[in-house]
Amino acid sequence: MEWETVIGLEVHAQLATKSKIFSGSSTTFGAEPNTQASALDLAMPGTLPVPNEQAYRYAIMFGLAIDADIARTSVFERKNYFYPDLPKAYQTTQLEKPIVGPGHVEIELADGTKKTIRIHHAHLEEDAGKSLHEDFHGMSGIDLNRAGTPLVEIVSEPDMRSSEEAVAFAKKLHSIVTSLGICDGEMSQGSMRFDVNISVRKPGEELGTRTETKNLNSFRFMEDAIKLEVERQIDLIEDGGKVIQETRLYNGDTKQARSMRSKEEANDYRYFPCPDLLPVVIEDDYIESIRKELPELPDARQERFITQYGLSSYDASALGSDANMALYFETAAKDSGDTKLTANWIMGELSARLNSADLSIKHSPLSAEQLAGMVSRIADGTISSKMAKQVFDGMWNNGGDADSIIEDQGLKQVSDSGAIEAMVDEVIANSDKQVDNFRNADESKRPKMLGYFVGQIMKASKGQANPQQVNEILLKKLNDLL
Amino acid sequence: MTIERADIEKLAELARIEINEATIAETTQSIADVLALVDQLQAADTEGVEPMAHPTDAIQRLRADEVTEINHREEFQAIAPATEAGLYLVPKVID
Amino acid sequence: MNDSIMHNKTIAEIIAGLEAGEFTSVEITQHYLKRIKQLDRKYNSYITVNETSALAQAEAADQRRAKGNAPAFCGVPIAHKDIFCTNGIRTSCGSKMLDNFVPPYDATVVENFANAGAVVLGKTNMDEFAMGSSNETSFYGPVKNPWNINTVPGGSSGGSAAAIAAHLAPGATATDTGGSIRQPAALCGITGLKPTYGRVSRWGMIAFASSLDQGGPMARTAEDCALMLNVMASFDPKDSTSIDREVPDYTTNLNQSLNGLKIGIPREYFEEGLNPGTEQAVKNALAELEKQGATLVSISLPHTKLAVPAYYVIAPAEASANLSRFDGVRYGHRCEDPKDLRDMYMRTRAEGFGEEVKRRILVGAYCLSAGYYDAYYRKAQQVRRLIKQDFVDAFEKVDVIMGPTSPSPAFEFGSKGSDPVAMYLEDIYTIATNLAGLPGMSAPCGFVDNKPVGLQIIGNYFDESRMLNVAHQFQLATGWHKRSPEGLELEEAK
Ligand SMILES: [Mg+2]
Ligand SMILES: [Zn+2]
Repeated sequence: MEWETVIGLEVHAQLATKSKIFSGSSTTFGAEPNTQASALDLAMPGTLPVPNEQAYRYAIMFGLAIDADIARTSVFERKNYFYPDLPKAYQTTQLEKPIVGPGHVEIELADGTKKTIRIHHAHLEEDAGKSLHEDFHGMSGIDLNRAGTPLVEIVSEPDMRSSEEAVAFAKKLHSIVTSLGICDGEMSQGSMRFDVNISVRKPGEELGTRTETKNLNSFRFMEDAIKLEVERQIDLIEDGGKVIQETRLYNGDTKQARSMRSKEEANDYRYFPCPDLLPVVIEDDYIESIRKELPELPDARQERFITQYGLSSYDASALGSDANMALYFETAAKDSGDTKLTANWIMGELSARLNSADLSIKHSPLSAEQLAGMVSRIADGTISSKMAKQVFDGMWNNGGDADSIIEDQGLKQVSDSGAIEAMVDEVIANSDKQVDNFRNADESKRPKMLGYFVGQIMKASKGQANPQQVNEILLKKLNDLL
Repeated sequence: MTIERADIEKLAELARIEINEATIAETTQSIADVLALVDQLQAADTEGVEPMAHPTDAIQRLRADEVTEINHREEFQAIAPATEAGLYLVPKVID
Repeated sequence: MNDSIMHNKTIAEIIAGLEAGEFTSVEITQHYLKRIKQLDRKYNSYITVNETSALAQAEAADQRRAKGNAPAFCGVPIAHKDIFCTNGIRTSCGSKMLDNFVPPYDATVVENFANAGAVVLGKTNMDEFAMGSSNETSFYGPVKNPWNINTVPGGSSGGSAAAIAAHLAPGATATDTGGSIRQPAALCGITGLKPTYGRVSRWGMIAFASSLDQGGPMARTAEDCALMLNVMASFDPKDSTSIDREVPDYTTNLNQSLNGLKIGIPREYFEEGLNPGTEQAVKNALAELEKQGATLVSISLPHTKLAVPAYYVIAPAEASANLSRFDGVRYGHRCEDPKDLRDMYMRTRAEGFGEEVKRRILVGAYCLSAGYYDAYYRKAQQVRRLIKQDFVDAFEKVDVIMGPTSPSPAFEFGSKGSDPVAMYLEDIYTIATNLAGLPGMSAPCGFVDNKPVGLQIIGNYFDESRMLNVAHQFQLATGWHKRSPEGLELEEAK
């Protein structure tokens, strides 16, 4: 009998607030170490936390987006453990009374099937700092800039049955939080991190012992880590061994995982309600006012892309699931005036380039406006698609707008029919043999034979002849010779 | 509730406090005394009583999302046991 | 100006003297600094004396007063318990852990006094992290009770209480988690008030048990406590548990008559364990208040016996987490040459904390740990509600509740021995008000064997004005608060 994989996710998403969850320190990424760590963030004695309303608002937005119950009363608790990047030696988090109760999201798999994944709850908590392991005379360095950054931790039910489903779920959450604007979704900066609980069983049996692979920060790593762990568990059991409950760490560079600690070594976290913070009571009116201002969610946006722009459902999903991608597309489409061509360029060349440069659409070197400028020149026939590649390269590498690149590099397409006709005539005059072949060929084979002529004409025009016009004129002239 | 040396060792580990071998018996005894005192709670009838975490029924105020803190790294690190390059130094962290 | 008169002045009299130009803030500050230098060797009531900064503050206060429009408190010297963070001045909390800790910020209470123009003479000694009822747990050595230096001053605010009793400060800030203002006030024969939870900001006050800790004033008279509370109390947006409620002028009602006042006398506060002399002194005081028109109403607080057990779960549980931040990473003590991370934590905390603090951390960790949470922590929180309800019911019938502050007067050093429970029972009458969040105060009401006895006055939520009124009227009619221990004269004055 086949093995069944059971996967549950815990997802940490950094909330895009300006200040930290309990202090007025900035949350900007990439600052000099410990320059964004206030007395409170450093857990100096006597300092006290005051929660950030925006963090609450964002968590509620998420709850509404997944159709969850919003807790009218939520309570912060202390989770106690010692670690140098956790200055108070407890994390302020929510356990018994989280802000967001049970909800669900729908995922769509590659074959088009849809599946609902239940979310157990989502809670607010603070992020820890970072330990830097470069060698400082055998010591580690601690940077507490990130300590206290608000997180929403989203805990799913164990509803996923494959790495594909897990990745689809993770992508869906990414798409929801970025669409809501509550998280910047920058995986490379750790804005979203995934903990994956994995177990295997024979279908129909009870849940097997699970392991937790922590802190995966890319979809690819997540997929690889799941496959690796599932294989490890199956091999283990088939060889007569037993899976032990443990926390594992996956290294994306070496594609290997190792055990961090087993359950026996697990901490006793001694959760209890934080006495420095009072219960947060949320009124219905407050929730309704947030609901009214909820931005468009990915599912609705994809529907809209299909009806408004006539995109296929595949294109709508590719362009509409990520908020930044959607914004880019809509900006470029509006500017260029050609939706379909814009969509093709984004999903084709731009996505490929971003992918290989490991950049998100938000950090695209080519703005939506630049891309639109190029697309409109294709649409109005100024340049061919082939020339557009050169324009694209120019903008990608050196910036600037399409028109000036076309101008500078002399990429203007020749659309003067007189000039094209002359070139066609010249090529026909110098290609007796090919013209004879064409004449004698079976009618069905003739279209294939046009290639040679087109090639010669484009060569003569240094690639600048409008290919559509070339085709039309050539066909007409050859037909006249029949 | 009886408390034994092993319990104290476990608590000491959780609380990251090294317990002196010479005084562990005494520590165990004094903690047993305290626990005997608090065990009087077990006699109370608390059926249906909502636990009370705060003396008042006040609810949490939330603050506006504004950056109000500026960099005080120099001052803060002047009182730190060990720093370098703006980082707090600790014995090697292995996760 | 006669020196011996200067240090006998109450805060109210100092304010009047400064206003009338009888003396300057610099003069009275210098006077106190000189006394501290000469006399505090005997009492050990200060951990840190702010000689230079106090004089600078006094000079600034005199200038401010000369310009007019200075707040009432301008130029009055006081001391801060060493639990309140003071920018640039070492704040040890009575612990080796923070022996080298100089905060780069002020507690809100410290800021409030600074804004009011007060002069800070120094930081007073205390039980380590406010854990103790005798001041024997201080890293800086015990404080001696000025009434009898073989006895304890009480704790944890024993330094503040002794400094006031020895006339080494006219008033001092203090904190009370289970009786730490009221019990030392009683044992040292001074007046102290623990306000309603949330009345005084906890920002910058080093936390022991967050849901119980409350700062308050100590002075020789109720009127002085009112003047100090006027400065101390504030709504502080930096403290989530601070209550947004207007601060009244606590001196306004001091002179109201007590005619018609209903005083609840809890049966449970006069049962076994109460020293007969203490009981007599308290009963005499109640009789005096009856004479002023108050009515005594016998009441019951049926869960009184559970207050100490509930407290010794809740306070250590909160403390165990609050004190985890002392890990040797960012400030404070760090052990020498740690061999690894775990070793750094284990030895830093073993060396930095004293025995009582360690004991409470371990008890707290135990009560919160897996398998024990419900039986201890949750149960204690349920009992806490029952205790609060007892008071809520009682205040339906009475205006204030009174009884002894402490079961007996000051005891000798070491007499509570190695059994922590004997010490914990010192706070049997004071702990319940912390659990309930109610205000409580202690005022001198007599002596047993030349040792002061304190009368405890418990008020309803935010009813500090009435408590101060009662204590003030009592003090107008009796002279207990005016008595001073012997041996307070400077050598040159003898
Ligand atoms: Mg988790
Ligand atoms: Zn988490």
